[in-house]
Amino acid sequence: MGLLALFRRPPSSAQVAKERLRIIVAQERSTRGGPDFLPLLRRELLEVIRRYVNVDPDAIQINLEREEGRDVLELSVALPEKGG
Amino acid sequence: MTEIIVVTSGKGGVGKTTTAASLAAGLARRGKRVAVIDFDIGLRNLDLIMGCERRVVYDFVNVIQGDCTLRQALIKDKRLDNLFVLAASQTRDKEALSVEGVRRVLDELTADGFDYIICDSPAGIEKGAYLAMYFADRAIVVVNPEVSSVRDSDRILGLLASKTLRAEQGNGGVQEHLLLTRYSPRRVAAGEMLSVADVREILGLEVLGVVPESADVLSASNAGSPVILNAESIASHAYEDAVGRLLGEELPLRFVDEPKKGFFARMFGS
Repeated sequence: MGLLALFRRPPSSAQVAKERLRIIVAQERSTRGGPDFLPLLRRELLEVIRRYVNVDPDAIQINLEREEGRDVLELSVALPEKGG
Repeated sequence: MTEIIVVTSGKGGVGKTTTAASLAAGLARRGKRVAVIDFDIGLRNLDLIMGCERRVVYDFVNVIQGDCTLRQALIKDKRLDNLFVLAASQTRDKEALSVEGVRRVLDELTADGFDYIICDSPAGIEKGAYLAMYFADRAIVVVNPEVSSVRDSDRILGLLASKTLRAEQGNGGVQEHLLLTRYSPRRVAAGEMLSVADVREILGLEVLGVVPESADVLSASNAGSPVILNAESIASHAYEDAVGRLLGEELPLRFVDEPKKGFFARMFGS
């Protein structure tokens, strides 16, 4: 353990709550109003991607946008850093 | 002009009825003509909090089904002349409320010259909650500084943005406000509770009021008198501020910081 770690306080429970909420609310908002299959699609895509690359569950973003009469499904996956 | 305000939350037990009762009484005390309606069909509660449970003869569903007139069903408050309560029905038939029926009652109250109609929503996201918010001009989302309440509130914000008449008409939608209840400045200072700023940031809503945790809320419900009428209570002052903000006053938030202890108190006090 480094010397600095001795002085670093663990986050308070309120900070932990805020961080958890920030993530879940952002995730639920991103799928809101979209078709009901989006959360399932997200989970299954994550499973497939994880067979090849070990990505974080939060690393996958799905967005459905409506543009002039057509829907665009946008998928972005943040791959882990090399050696990570 | 009549303004329809829904008091909603998603999660149960966060203080919707307490809030609806106090805001209604506060607005009435300032001379506004107010009707407060319990939308929790099957589980009547507002009448108890308002202290008029023994005077309920007809209820919301009776009016909708034409068993009585609206005037017969409105219970006039004994303390405030401009305040009226419409009790929820205790029928087990949750389908007894309909969009058309609710529209008729709200139209009649509007025609009757009420300034405010407060709709006390049931918990959950079922039909009662949907009907309570459908015709709203404004929504007061009651939140406890606690993870499940905040998350449920966000679900409700999603519904307000899509399943309301104003959202469907696309004319700016429902105006949303955040009201925090059971707030403990001491626990926030200790890092044990989400702060006003945290909740505001997560939900992205402007804050209408912060009501501190107070034993007076239970005493008020025991007595059947909205807590805002207990002038001794800080919860009453907090609700009074919220009423002022509803009416457009700009008031600083009170009761959100822990009282600062003096040097001696810190050294020798507990």
